[in-house]
Amino acid sequence: MTSLRFDDVTVRYGTTTAVDGVSLTVPSGQVVGLVGESGSGKSTLARAAVGLAPVHGGSILLGGEPVPTRGRHRPLQMVFQDPYSSLDPRMSIGESIAEAIPPGSSRAERRAEVERLLELVHLDPGRSAALPARLSGGQRQRVALARALAGRPEVVVADEITSALDVSIQGAVLNLVRELQAELGLSMLFISHNLAVVRYVASHVAVMHQGRIVEQGPTDRVLAQPDHDYTRALLAAVPGRRSTS
Amino acid sequence: MQRWKSVLRTPLGLTATILTLAVLVLAVVAPMLWTGDADAVDTDNILSGPSAEHWAGTDNLGRDIFFRTLVATRLSVELALAATAIAVAVGLVLGTASFLLGRRSGRLVTAGINIAVAFPGILLALFFAVVFGVGATGAVLAIGIAGAPMFGRLTQTLVAGVEARDYVAAARVAGVGRVRILLRHVLPNIAEPLVINATIGAGGALLSFAGLSFLGLGVQQPSYDWGRLLFDGITSIYVNPAAALAPGAAVLLAGLALNLLGESAAKALGVGVVGGIPALPAVARVAPAEPVAEGAGHEGSDLVLDVRDLEVTFPGPTGPIRPVRGVTFAVRRGEAVGIVGESGSGKSLTALAVSRLVAETGRVDAERLELLGHDLRGPDTRAQRRLLGTSLAMVFQDPMTSFNPTRRIGGQLAEVSRHHHGLDRRAALGRAVDRLRAVRISDPERRARQYPHEFSGGMRQRAMIGMGLMGSPALVVADEPTTALDVTVQQQVLDLLAAIREQDDVALVLISHDVAVVAQVCDRVLVMYAGRIVEDLPAADLHTAARHPYTRALAAAVPDMETDLDQPLAVIPGRPVDPADVPVGCAYAARCPLATARCREQDPPLEIDAAGRRVACWHPGESPESGIDELGSLAEVEAS
Repeated sequence: MTSLRFDDVTVRYGTTTAVDGVSLTVPSGQVVGLVGESGSGKSTLARAAVGLAPVHGGSILLGGEPVPTRGRHRPLQMVFQDPYSSLDPRMSIGESIAEAIPPGSSRAERRAEVERLLELVHLDPGRSAALPARLSGGQRQRVALARALAGRPEVVVADEITSALDVSIQGAVLNLVRELQAELGLSMLFISHNLAVVRYVASHVAVMHQGRIVEQGPTDRVLAQPDHDYTRALLAAVPGRRSTS
Repeated sequence: MQRWKSVLRTPLGLTATILTLAVLVLAVVAPMLWTGDADAVDTDNILSGPSAEHWAGTDNLGRDIFFRTLVATRLSVELALAATAIAVAVGLVLGTASFLLGRRSGRLVTAGINIAVAFPGILLALFFAVVFGVGATGAVLAIGIAGAPMFGRLTQTLVAGVEARDYVAAARVAGVGRVRILLRHVLPNIAEPLVINATIGAGGALLSFAGLSFLGLGVQQPSYDWGRLLFDGITSIYVNPAAALAPGAAVLLAGLALNLLGESAAKALGVGVVGGIPALPAVARVAPAEPVAEGAGHEGSDLVLDVRDLEVTFPGPTGPIRPVRGVTFAVRRGEAVGIVGESGSGKSLTALAVSRLVAETGRVDAERLELLGHDLRGPDTRAQRRLLGTSLAMVFQDPMTSFNPTRRIGGQLAEVSRHHHGLDRRAALGRAVDRLRAVRISDPERRARQYPHEFSGGMRQRAMIGMGLMGSPALVVADEPTTALDVTVQQQVLDLLAAIREQDDVALVLISHDVAVVAQVCDRVLVMYAGRIVEDLPAADLHTAARHPYTRALAAAVPDMETDLDQPLAVIPGRPVDPADVPVGCAYAARCPLATARCREQDPPLEIDAAGRRVACWHPGESPESGIDELGSLAEVEAS
């Protein structure tokens, strides 16, 4: 696994600056949480990393090299927020996963790989012919994770992957993220607006506000002794915190 | 396929399909059977009117017009289909070009299409007829190419819709090429509307052809299509009107058939299931098996809301669906009651039933449904609307859609008072400003004159609450009021709700999927599962003293700032119950670590204890022997 480095990255849409000079490193084998509110630019940063948003300034480096945004080999993969929109409704989950496997392997190898990946995310490999409509939201999100892993990524970007899920299912996906990180040594940029979720999966956290990173550091330090006012405001807003603090 | 079959289930769809098939069969069969009759020259009967021998009369060579009309079906349909094929093919290329070429070149193509669309189709057709020469080939190309821009525009719009979906982005991130994405992800997902529009387009092409041939720009002698026959027949219309009417009727019928087929297909596929759903039968209410436990033994005068055995039923394709199956609860003055549950648990429908907002197809039944002692079950009278309008405030999840975007905020708030309290414009507006101030909107005079889009999400939600406060509500029902809001804004809205409650002793029903939010705001929590209340407990007990295994799992599944980082999160195996397919016995049994044979056979009643807490479980408070299920058994359960 290699590290992902954002160096003074700026993204503009017309005259609005969505991401303003952001520098952030996802070290090898670590999960870095990125928190912030809607419009803070955290999703734009993720989309810029995988080439879905135009970068106007700075550089995004993967292991010291620019992230390839052309060709079949994509060492940076992304998991999207809404598992109801991120899987093609007309494609079986097996096909969706197989599509992301780099070319050059035989049909049998691909099938074996799809089965291995489904097993890895705790889905029955026998269901690879099922259409997404037959799956629950949590199961779909696990398929989406398997698809991201199929590209043999060095770093995975997870953009609010639990916020469209029912609470009972959220836990299973978070457990899976932690398990994959521990087993595969996966590096991950984990984006969420939920501090408790980020606290649970990430070793480092960066707080984004109005396109800038206002604070970053080890999760326990940032959450226990926030330096920036905005981080403090976010912490105070976590439901159920007030009565205890 | 299943969905296409539903087209046949509507009378219109069936008729259109039969008509279209008849036209197509005729196109194949007619020239084989009747070419001889159509070409036979009867010199004794030139330009004669209808007779027993020649049903639609004869033309200037004495040929039978009725048979000629039948035989002309093939050429007419062939030409129309060929032109449609050209239109679709060129349109697809144009419409997908901007997707394939990328942003800059795509813009040029789009501009080209927009200009072409602006030209009247018939003008283009005439222009092409001149370019390609007068004759069938020219006409086919002309009509085909003239139809292409419209089709291109449609394709472009549809492609743009699919392009924005995450699965296209995901394929891109995976390194799948553009052409492959187009073929595998985009085209299959826009095929249905394209096919429908092509069908309608074929009907249109048929008519255009008839028009072109009629103008003498289409099919030339000795070939003939309906337009040509019409052209020939019109010269003798005073002698034999049938000579023009027969091909005219054929054009009309075939064009109509194709258009109707396309439209009924669009309707059936777009809406989902059309017709075929029987109206709800008047089911006799089954008395509850055991006496339903009531909220508590409190006096009636204290009750703001009293709901007993509430059921909401919707008609479904295979029988009535009952997403709310017997809900009983009461809310006292000033009390805050939270309703939690997963999506599909019936929590929102319960709130809608209370405020009489369940969609018309649904039916609400209840043994008792009272707001401030007034029965809400009766017909929708003026008095009832007034009661709901002034005593109940409803706050919805999405503040973007709960205001009319074309009217000023102040006016929309004032309307409530003008309607229900009979205040004049000035007084009502004054009250609106006052209420906006009450929900802590700064500079309320200026804000009242603004439109909803000038408000941020959190402000809009506060204005919505302000609208509820225009009357003097005794109850605020808030359905996921903070789900669409950012965390810092969420806190402001929750604080506001708490303040209102305290100030005016208003009762609050807060519906949320977020256990933490409910635990913070509410006194008492109702936990719903599969349309029933499974537990009713003080909010303070949610994390510590819950007795239903579902409640405990729900509370443990959500990480909070104190969650142990060394342990995996508790998960609830399986998936929520589909309201259309509720199992016998306890609905939660399939996901429950405590489930026994009894749970799978008998639905536990909601029992009340001495402290007023209620729980519906055969094993309340028991703990599973092997701890809470973790991922291993999760996969097992989901695989089954």
